[in-house]
Amino acid sequence: MLNFSKINILIIYLIFFFISIFSILNFQDKDKQIINKKINLGLDLQGGSYLLLEINSDSLVEEKIQSKVIPIKKMLKENEISYNNFKINKTTLSFDIDNIDKFDLLFTARKDNLINPYIDTYRSYELEYSNIGNNRIEIFFSKFGLLTINNSALKQSIEIVRRRIDDVGTKEPTILQRGEKRILVELPGLKDPERIKALLGKTAQLNFRLVKDNTEFGTEELISDNGEKLNVSKRIVMSGENLIDAQPSIQNQNNEPTVSFTLDRLGSQKFGRTTTDNVGERLAIVLDGEIVSAPNINEPITSGNGMISGNFTFQEATDLALLLRSGALPTPLLVVEERTVGPDLGEDSIKSGITSLIIGFILVILFMLFKYKIFGLIANTALIANLLMLTGVLTILEATLTLPGIAGIILTVGMAVDANVLIFERIREELKTEKSIIHAFDSGYTRAKITVLDANITTLIAAIILFAFGSGPVKGFAITLGIGIVTTLFTAYFLARHLTSIIVLNNKKEEIKI
Amino acid sequence: MNNFNFSSKFRFANIFSIILFIISLLLIGFKGLNYGIDFKGGTLIELRSLNIKASEIRDILKNMNLGDVNVKKFGKDGDFLIKVEQTGDNNKLIPEIKKKLSDNLNSEINFRRVENVGPKVSSELLQSGIIAISLSLAAMLFYIWVRFEWQFSIGSIIALFHDVLITLGIFSFLSLEINLSIIAAVLTIVGYSMNDTVVIYDRIRENLNKYHRLNITDIANLSINETLARTIITSVTTLLALFSIFILGGEILRGFSFAMILGVFIGTYSSIFVAAPILKYFKVSYKTLEKEKEKILP
Repeated sequence: MLNFSKINILIIYLIFFFISIFSILNFQDKDKQIINKKINLGLDLQGGSYLLLEINSDSLVEEKIQSKVIPIKKMLKENEISYNNFKINKTTLSFDIDNIDKFDLLFTARKDNLINPYIDTYRSYELEYSNIGNNRIEIFFSKFGLLTINNSALKQSIEIVRRRIDDVGTKEPTILQRGEKRILVELPGLKDPERIKALLGKTAQLNFRLVKDNTEFGTEELISDNGEKLNVSKRIVMSGENLIDAQPSIQNQNNEPTVSFTLDRLGSQKFGRTTTDNVGERLAIVLDGEIVSAPNINEPITSGNGMISGNFTFQEATDLALLLRSGALPTPLLVVEERTVGPDLGEDSIKSGITSLIIGFILVILFMLFKYKIFGLIANTALIANLLMLTGVLTILEATLTLPGIAGIILTVGMAVDANVLIFERIREELKTEKSIIHAFDSGYTRAKITVLDANITTLIAAIILFAFGSGPVKGFAITLGIGIVTTLFTAYFLARHLTSIIVLNNKKEEIKI
Repeated sequence: MNNFNFSSKFRFANIFSIILFIISLLLIGFKGLNYGIDFKGGTLIELRSLNIKASEIRDILKNMNLGDVNVKKFGKDGDFLIKVEQTGDNNKLIPEIKKKLSDNLNSEINFRRVENVGPKVSSELLQSGIIAISLSLAAMLFYIWVRFEWQFSIGSIIALFHDVLITLGIFSFLSLEINLSIIAAVLTIVGYSMNDTVVIYDRIRENLNKYHRLNITDIANLSINETLARTIITSVTTLLALFSIFILGGEILRGFSFAMILGVFIGTYSSIFVAAPILKYFKVSYKTLEKEKEKILP
């Protein structure tokens, strides 16, 4: 075990230098680097916000099932199937029917029918029906129909979340899908996430509806910002989809912040027609079910440009414009998990993390020197090499360093010497029975090998499981612990062994103390 | 090598372990674990504000209908940790609490940390924590079974159960908070304790082959003594590192490092006094190894 061929020595040190050289990159400015790699700091160290958002597609399902009512009724009439007692429940439609077989044929016969389309990817129809007795059937979305609604809502939400966050202009945000219903948002360096949370919390469904004088059929009572109750028609003149731009502006007359918007062609036409036909009436601008303002239509607006005023502060006008530009979210987003760390706490954490790392490191090094003298020096050299390689690997992987991750490094420092301790203790034992020093060292290394491997693999298993199940900062711990074990094995078994062999093979004395 | 007669203490240690195990089980069962917001849901706010008292914060939050509110000092002077049971709608709740505090305290407030975990997420986190610990125990069981014999694998798992349960028992007794980082600590303890056990088992296996005449208790005693220096030195270096985190690593890592320190003590104890003596009950002898001798040689 103590004989190294020249080529082996070369390979060992090449690997060591090649990996540890990467740790230097962390001390360079990013724009001056030859290779663009660095260890990332986790949100808990650099400060920032972690948000987990969840979509709720229930309301969407209700909306979608309602949109099926008219087409289904139409289909039944066209095919002379008589129906009775048509009821709309939250997510189901039900009605009595005289000819179920005929209905069945229509409902699922053709893959290209518009009422119940066939979803190729899942090999399933969007809707399903069941006979609930007495010729009454119930229609609802199939499992895959629901999944399709959910997935498209999630995709769309991610897109809009991205637009809104980009528009605010935070640096290097991470926006990822998590599971079937969730969006993970990481905003490094963000001091106060409340504004972004407020922006993400609004669906921003904008529509323009006429105000009616009386409570006739097809109106609903909405409350405006200043507490005024208005009867507003349910018919939507035009919605936010028709907006192509929105910007905050200051109205010249009274310095009031407003949002001016530009409509696309279809929107301009709809808006123009309505404003022409209803001069003198009031038009309510409704955002997420609340009236922002309800101005009088003084003259037809056909230019496709308009303005929303509503006692905004400039910040509110800016945010509203941003929301309108980014488009409406298909469903409300709920913040189901938030972790925000202020920048000064992050700095404190780095400081205390590094301090405890240095102190822990010094303590371990002193202890090993005291315990094993010259071989302690070898173990310590291996330990330093270990840390260099660990940082090197973390850099190559561009891993994220978290506070528990620093704890993982410190723990690695404490546990890394174990491999050398095992070997040295074994050699001590061998020296008692073995006359030849070289043989004792040799068999010490050989015999300890299995134990060292077994012992470290168990910890590695724990680290891997932790990585698979841990989240955020804890994952950082698993990464440093796991990589630490691998670099420990390398440094103990190759570097330290080589250094030991130099000492032992050059030893001229009868005895050697370990 | 100093020779200490561990085997004479085995019986006493076994009883001691069983008692501790049962007490821990009762504590966890009846007193329960003090779950943090990670597993219970709720809101945590760490703030820094000079010249205020915890009672002032408590008074301000009292009439906000937030459910159970817990305010305590946290580390340095002027640092406070607020825990609110109410989960509610994050989007409204947190800004409201922040505003209420900023409006009513006559001192500048620096919100250093805000964490909010909804009820669904917290139960998922708890579930995945339990799965992670169970899975790691299962993986260890499997690994030792492959590398050794089944007797060893059962013995090491009993020792691991012992470690995990007693660590949690102590956390329950001291009402210390269980959060995500404690789960990480428990998993690391599992790894560490296993590491210790494996070293002793390796030696037991070797000695079983060497000394056919000795019974398993004597073999265990011999093996523990032979590896004792290593066991102690590694515990010392690990503890040096851990105490460094515990004292200097700041408030956030304190629970984690405390759990780990406990775990190193318990794990080291269990390797010597649980994992090794338990082999006796499985009637382990050199014959046990003969069937699979090829595994032993490197």
